Amino acid sequence: MAERLRPETDAGLLDVVAWAAAEEVPLEILGHGSKRGIGRPVQAEYTLDVSGLAGVTLYEPDELVLSAKAGTPLSEVEKLLRDANQELAFEPIDYAPLFGGEAGSGTLGGVYAANLAGPRRIKAGAARDHVLGLAAVSGRGEAFKSGGRVVKNVTGYDLSKGLAGSWGTLAVVTDLTFKVLPRAERVATVLVKGLSDEAAGQAMCATMGSALEVSGAAHLPAETVADFGLGSDAVTALRLEGFPTSVAYRSAALKKLTEPQGPVEVLDVPASEDLWKKIRDAAPFQGEERPLWRISVAPRAGAALMGALASEPETGRLRWFYDWSGGLVWLSVEDDIEDAGAMKIRSALAASGGGHATLVRGPAALRTGVSPFQPQPEALAALSKRLKESFDPRGILNPGRMGA
Amino acid sequence: MSVAMPRPKAEILARREEIAAELRRIVPGEGVVSDPDGMRPFETDGLTAYRQLPMVVVLPETVAQVSRILRYCHDNSIRVVPRGSGTSLSGGALPLADGVLLVMSRFNKVLEVDFDNRVAVVQPGVTNLAVTRAVEHRGFYYAPDPSSQIACSIGGNVAENSGGVHCLKYGLTTNNVLGVEMVLITGEVIRLGGKHLDAEGFDLLGLMTGSEGLLGVVTEVTVRILRSPETARALLIGFPTNEDAGRCVGDIIGAGIIPGGMEMMDRPAIHAAEDFVHAGYPLDVEALLIVELDGPGEEVDELIARVKAIAEDNNAANLRVSQSEEERAVFWAGRKAAFPAVGRISPDYYCMDGTIPRKALPKVLARMKEMEAEYGLKVANVFHAGDGNLHPLILYDANKPDELERAEAFGAEILKLCVEVGGVLTGEHGVGVEKRDLMGTMFNEADLAQQERIKCAFDPRQLLNPGKVFPELHLCAELGRMHVHKGELAFPDIPRF
Repeated sequence: MAERLRPETDAGLLDVVAWAAAEEVPLEILGHGSKRGIGRPVQAEYTLDVSGLAGVTLYEPDELVLSAKAGTPLSEVEKLLRDANQELAFEPIDYAPLFGGEAGSGTLGGVYAANLAGPRRIKAGAARDHVLGLAAVSGRGEAFKSGGRVVKNVTGYDLSKGLAGSWGTLAVVTDLTFKVLPRAERVATVLVKGLSDEAAGQAMCATMGSALEVSGAAHLPAETVADFGLGSDAVTALRLEGFPTSVAYRSAALKKLTEPQGPVEVLDVPASEDLWKKIRDAAPFQGEERPLWRISVAPRAGAALMGALASEPETGRLRWFYDWSGGLVWLSVEDDIEDAGAMKIRSALAASGGGHATLVRGPAALRTGVSPFQPQPEALAALSKRLKESFDPRGILNPGRMGA
Repeated sequence: MSVAMPRPKAEILARREEIAAELRRIVPGEGVVSDPDGMRPFETDGLTAYRQLPMVVVLPETVAQVSRILRYCHDNSIRVVPRGSGTSLSGGALPLADGVLLVMSRFNKVLEVDFDNRVAVVQPGVTNLAVTRAVEHRGFYYAPDPSSQIACSIGGNVAENSGGVHCLKYGLTTNNVLGVEMVLITGEVIRLGGKHLDAEGFDLLGLMTGSEGLLGVVTEVTVRILRSPETARALLIGFPTNEDAGRCVGDIIGAGIIPGGMEMMDRPAIHAAEDFVHAGYPLDVEALLIVELDGPGEEVDELIARVKAIAEDNNAANLRVSQSEEERAVFWAGRKAAFPAVGRISPDYYCMDGTIPRKALPKVLARMKEMEAEYGLKVANVFHAGDGNLHPLILYDANKPDELERAEAFGAEILKLCVEVGGVLTGEHGVGVEKRDLMGTMFNEADLAQQERIKCAFDPRQLLNPGKVFPELHLCAELGRMHVHKGELAFPDIPRF
């Protein structure tokens, strides 16, 4: 068991990393550990627990800006925002329940390090699109900052984006500033029943291309629809958010647009909120331990990709659903499939026009043998390695987590 | 010109003919320009105070040519300055005397429009507006709309992370680019992202966007296209004070309304614009706000009513709502012509680009008034009020002794003030050469060193666009050195478990 160091000040955290850099001691960087099971298992003698650096340091609703220490619980941030009718518009997924953890855990630093997003990805982007500035300590044991507290800023390289989704392998982030946005006053969901994956893919992309400002487009095929409590026939869910009159107007228009394709039903506020939370958190795959893939692909190519995979006899029984208008596939495979289907999935993906497949969940041995993150072409991998070395030349931060 | 550029390398200048000949082998025909008259149009960009003839200009047509040019320059340690349409307002495309100017304007094709996936794949020399032109027949558009959009290229937009009036609601270039193909200085061609929504691995696309031509040369861009809103209507609101206008902006956002555009002008800008385009702007107000609401018709009608009420609560002296597309266009005409309008009332003007927290606006405007007296120059202000991006236009006459110097010093003071109130040096025009030497007001040495190390990961010989963004050039070997030694630091005195 690694020894856990839990600094409570910026200076203390800097001391730990500077010491580790000098002594070449690998550190596993951790907040609440809610996403610890993602990526290659990290072998480190010490764990650097960032959760002691917590608290919202600035919140100005009129300026749409919030700053907090990286260890601040996401739940605390979300509550504060909700009380002012605001939110993090990128709707970060709560990964914890997929790993048997408690719903609602996780830190703001973790949201950023994993570049989380949710169903609103298709309209509002991911964490990377909302972070305005940060302070961090590099693997060289040096504190640095980037960005600021304003939306429009092109002063220097955009490290706020550059470090997003780097899983703690480039620097230990200590402070984050996010753009926040008003919460929609009303939500409604139009459900279309009985569509095939292909028809749903087409319907979702068509509605995303309408002027109706759809803020969530998911397809729940027969294999998983029951887990959403929506019966046994496939359901295509289209979400509308905004001011009440606008939502009423748009749901009527969307209903009319989709009715020729199948039976249509409209969900009101509580049922809508519940459904999109389940979609966000990949609910069908909670409470099990089967290997789970998260596949990002061009939206229109999602259904064809799954058609190709489902027809492969060697892939066993698959369970999946689509978010992001077809561009995000959550796919669970049977335990005993060789390499959890990595080769098959990644070659089918390449044949569908590209994207990436991440093995989000799987036993440690599997995540050591199979690259959990999409392998990169040589020149790109070499560039990524040079970037890693520019921040962490001695490889002390989460060594191996994103790659060998 | 008051900025020092990297000293030209004599050994490279001595090889000028040979280098031009080699580039002609790579790009046959008209693609290489090396006579002074032919190169003259390339000696400056949108920041015309700075001029420098390049050593040679090359205009490749294919990715393979770009790759061979860069590899050749890398192998021979020749500096390269990439250029799109040359509309940079910060000198980002200012040539170097010993540098190859790599002009991407022949990469001018829209390669693919994919309405299902809501993307367009274009070559970097395609203009910003041409992307919208390529998709508008199906009711789509490309959201970022810098005011140079008729001329500026998408490749340049990626390099500068360009904005525009729609940023608050629809984001900057970085939020609207899904993928690029680019060539590294070694000649290696890589792809970042694509038609899928998030890129894998490190967010290199995020680093590339806004990197001002220092990290690589983009050869293809995949951008998000959006369906045009069903309707758009604008309010034109005059206020007796800047404070009233500023508070109104805060209250609109505080009420949960994110307008498609929200622009403010101060009295000198209002008068200049009105004299120029006769948009019907009120002349007896201190501040003018244009608030545009877009979306479904019912929503826009409701929001117009809400914004109207908020404006009235904030002492609006004058309020009009556009009743037609023509009227909306007229409201915008003055704002969009604000720069040339100011150009009519002054022989020259110097456009600044700081961003500030919105609430600091009255303080910044008041301080600027004092500075006008100190520097003996007038300022007109246009302001992307929604996102705090301020464009003070300093009026001067380059033919009068030291007015340019005073304008530059005034500008630098304004930018320092922006940083002091919690803002930044540049919101959308880039650092380039113009604000390079002010980087130290925002970043300390460690901040800058880490940014330079990123540069080294992409371009270890520092051949791509050197002299831009960073006030000093350091050797990558020096930047990479670790100044710590085993045993010097005690085991940290930190709670342990």
